[in-house]
Order: sequence, then structure tokens, then C-alpha cells
Amino acid sequence: MTYLLCSLLFLVGLSGVLLKRNLIKIVISLTIVEYSLFMFLALVGYKQNAFPPIVKSVAEEANYVDPLPQALVLTAIVIGLATTALLVALAVRIYEKYGTFDIREIRRLKG
Amino acid sequence: MSSPSIAQYLLPVLVVLPLGGAFLIQLLKKISKLISDIIANFILGVLVVLVFSLLNSPVLVYKVGGWMPVKGIPIGIYLVLDGLSLLLLIIINMIGLISLIFSISYMRRFTNRPLYYTLFLLMIAGMNGVVMGGDLFNIYVFLEVAAIASYSLVAFGTEADELEASFKYQVMGTVASAFILLGIIIIYSITGTLNLADIGRVLKDEVTEAPIILTGVLFLVGFGLKGAMMPFHAWLPDAHPSAPAPISAMLSGVLIKAIGIYTLVRIMFNVVGVIPLFSTIMLYISAISMTAGAFLAFAQWDFKRLLAYSSISQMGYVMLGIWLMTPLGILGGLFHMLNHSVFKSLLFLNSGAVVYGTGSRQLKRLGGLNQKMPITSSTSLIASMSIAGIPPFNGFWSKLIIIMACIQSRHFFLAGLAVVVSVMTLVYYLKVQRYAFWGELQLTLKDIREVPFAMCFSMILLAFLCTIMGALLLPGVKELFIDPAVNTLVNGREYISLVLK
Repeated sequence: MTYLLCSLLFLVGLSGVLLKRNLIKIVISLTIVEYSLFMFLALVGYKQNAFPPIVKSVAEEANYVDPLPQALVLTAIVIGLATTALLVALAVRIYEKYGTFDIREIRRLKG
Repeated sequence: MSSPSIAQYLLPVLVVLPLGGAFLIQLLKKISKLISDIIANFILGVLVVLVFSLLNSPVLVYKVGGWMPVKGIPIGIYLVLDGLSLLLLIIINMIGLISLIFSISYMRRFTNRPLYYTLFLLMIAGMNGVVMGGDLFNIYVFLEVAAIASYSLVAFGTEADELEASFKYQVMGTVASAFILLGIIIIYSITGTLNLADIGRVLKDEVTEAPIILTGVLFLVGFGLKGAMMPFHAWLPDAHPSAPAPISAMLSGVLIKAIGIYTLVRIMFNVVGVIPLFSTIMLYISAISMTAGAFLAFAQWDFKRLLAYSSISQMGYVMLGIWLMTPLGILGGLFHMLNHSVFKSLLFLNSGAVVYGTGSRQLKRLGGLNQKMPITSSTSLIASMSIAGIPPFNGFWSKLIIIMACIQSRHFFLAGLAVVVSVMTLVYYLKVQRYAFWGELQLTLKDIREVPFAMCFSMILLAFLCTIMGALLLPGVKELFIDPAVNTLVNGREYISLVLK
């Protein structure tokens, strides 16, 4: 069920990237795509009734959580922050040059 | 290098040194503007020496933080250096150094040069990390470091065109990263690990077909977007010409290989194994890239845009060679990758010199430059002949090997196509020569001069490499540079046991 929600979010974001014509809305759609993946990653790493992975606290055969997805999701969030910040900064500069956020009017490059 | 135990400590240095240099430049930029030039060039020089000192070394594995495997399962971060990584490291750092020498003069007209050098070194650090990364987590992180640095470098001029190209590039790049991350998550959920060798070990025991095909498709889309393979190429002809010329050289010459082609090939050949359907699809994609890139380059009148489309076409050759999956094909593909990095970066530096001298890159507004800029013009002639595959130059040998490999594996149509595209390449580079360098000197260009020494020096160096690199196929040299990389791919999943031993 939750996996279904993740894929739905992913598709919502992806269709936003493809269909929206406003630069800021494209940035928001990209963020939605990224966040759906973060949630998916956190869910993949979820284990029921598990212990935190600190080796000496409980017996060796105990049910540990793998710290890998959590580390990955944290890193991915930070990367996502950097991309979003850069995209928004670019969008602002584009607005200064073109006077619009509409991608139909921002098309000097073609061919 | 003396012993492998010492050599393996060089691997993190290759990432840490440019990363540290990037921040050092920001700290010291107040002292003098010149200091950023010196630090960046010095660091790249050291990196080139280090990389060449690693030649002829066995497969090296460095475990970051000294986390030893538990019960044979790797838990730490691995940096792995084998033949293929080394070939890519040579390309990255050598072209990086030459582009930086070019930048000393070329970037004088830009404000905020320290920022440029910082981003440049971050990009180098990211790419070095990608080609040495031993697990998907680090490959993803370093890939993003390199990609984000390249997004901002494309927009470095902050003119309307550059911003637009960078935005387009970044939207495509972020979608690509999303697909790659999704593929990584699915791989993790199947195998419970992200270490490349460990993934391969787990998959060998229990190959569940459908999810692997799904990740294959996700990686194909993700890395295809990063590497501008044909259906996913739309950003490249905007982004590569918009960057400053040394960055165009780095993007076209190095970045699309290191984070597009290398990563896909590494994961497919060495970790999950290639199914025939996948390699057939890749052959079609490379044939389409090769042909359509050439046709689109044909119609361009913008010097750098033509070069960008030509990159798509030449990457088609590289992939065609590699995905034939025969030893000869892989040899041709990897050799063409090495050659392409040299002549395409030379051509982009030439275009930068033309822009520097005349202020224009429209072929129709140029003409007769060989009278005023003899070095730029003669080096660009060498590069054009190399990329078109004229015999003494390096491009001829790699294309010959690729075509021979096509015939050997009975793909006669692809061999014919490669010959035809090669002729087309010759024609559109003759067009560049005809309109930019030969013919009448236009009145508006009467008082242009040859570019400064640093730019001439790097162009002559690359032209020299174009001329002599055919010698890399001679026995004795071949075993040193190319054979280890070819063997890495030919031996395929032997990589797993080499890393886990």
C-alpha cells in the first residue's frame, strides 16, 4: 500500500516535470520526485521490532536494522537540497534575464 | 609503484586532493588572484603524476576507515582501482590538466576566477570518485558532486543562453539521478547490500530475473540521460556549447564518459552481467546515436553546437564497440573513448581560441583564420583529421578496430553504417575547416591575433597526442594502457572475486 503511494508520488512528480510550463512548478515537481524516492528508500529499510545497529548492546543474533538505507537517504536529502537550491537560484536569474517563468517564452536555444 | 600496500593509500588521495584544493582556493583567494591559478594547476599536475605512477599496478582495494569485512561481507566504503578505472583516471586528470592550462589565459575575461577553479576541482574530485567507487552509494554521491559542479559551470557566464541551457541540463540531470537512485533502491531491496562486488556475489546465488531487468532499464534511462545517448540527448547540444570552452572540453571529453558510459558499463559487465536482449538494445541505441548525431551535426552553423552533436555521434562509436561484447570490440570502444577525449577536447579548445580571438563562433561570420591564427588553425586541422579517421592519426586506428570487430561478429550492417558515418564526419569537419579557417579573411576580422601562449601550449600538446596515440596499439605499450581495461570488461564478473578476496 505504502509502496503504491510512493510510485503514485513519483508519477505525479514526473508528470509535473513533463507537463508544467512554469519554471518554479518544474522545480517543485522535481522535489516531489525526489521525496517519493526518499520515502521509498526509508520504507525499504524498515524492519519490524528491530534494534538499532549498535553491536554491543544486545545479543548477537538479535534483529538489527541495516543502517545503510538511512545513511543513503540522509545523503540523498542533502544532495536534493543542493539541486533544489541551484535550480531555484537559476530560475531567479532566468527571470531577471527573460522577465518570465514561462518556458514557452524561454527558448532561445534550438536547432 | 613499489608495493601494493603503499600504492593503495594513493586511492583516497586522488579524491581528497582536488576536494581539499577546492576549499583552499576559496580560503586563499583574498591574497592574490593569481594564487587560484597556481593551486589548481599544481593539484592537477600532482594528480597526473600520481595516476601515471599507478600504471601497471595490480587491482587495488582501499577500505575507507579500515572497516574490514565481517564474515566475508564487506561493510566499509571501498575504493577500487582496476584497469578500467585507471584508463578513466588517465583521461580525467590528463584532460583536466590541459584544460586548466588553457584556462589560465582563457578565463582572464571572466570575473570571479577562484570560483571557477573551485567548481572545476570539485568536478574532478567527483569524477575521480565515480570511477574508483566500489559501491553504488558512493558512485551516486560522487556522480552528484560532479554533476552539480558541472551544472553551475555551464551557467558560469550567467548570460541568458547559459542560464537557459543550464536549467534544461539540470532538470534532465535531476530526473536522471532520480532514475538512478530508484534503480539503486531496487538493487538494495533485492540484495540487501550496495557494495558492487557483494551485489554480484549475492546475485550469482539467486538471480531473480524480472527485478534485474527493471533495474537494467532504470540504469539505462538514468545513465543514458547523463551520457546523452540518442533518445536522451536533448540537453547536450545546449549545455556543452554554453559553458566556457575549457569546460566544454571537460564535459564532452570526460564527463559524459565518466558518469554516463563508464558507470553503466561497470554495473552491467562487472556486477549484474549482461543479458543478450540488453546488449542488443544498446547496439541499436549506439547505432542511432552514431547516425543521428552525425546528421544533426551536419546542419549546424554554430561551431560549438556542431562539436556537441559530433560528440553524440562519436559516443555512438564508443558504445558500439563496447556493446559488441567481443574482446576486439571492447578494445576498439575503449581506445576510441581515450582518443575521443583527446581530439574532442582539442576541438573545443580550438573553438574557445576562435571565440577568444574573434568574439564569434558562427561559422558564417568567420573565414580565413589560418592567416591570422596559424597555431589554432593547424591544430584544429589535426583534430578534424583525427576525428574523421584519416590514417596516421589516432582516430583512424580506433575506428578501424571497431569496424573490424563489427565484421568479426557478423554485424555487417553496423560495420557499413560506421564507415558511412565516418565519411559524414569527414564532410562536416571539412565544412568547419572551409568556413572558419580557409577562404577569404573577412574585413571585420582584419586585426585579430593568435591567442596567448598558455592556450597555444595546451592545443599543441593535445595535437601532439592526437598524432602519436596510434602508437598505443604497439605491443609493449598496449599491455600497459589499454589491455588491463579491456581485460576488466572481458573477464566480466571475475571483478567480484578480485575485490572480495
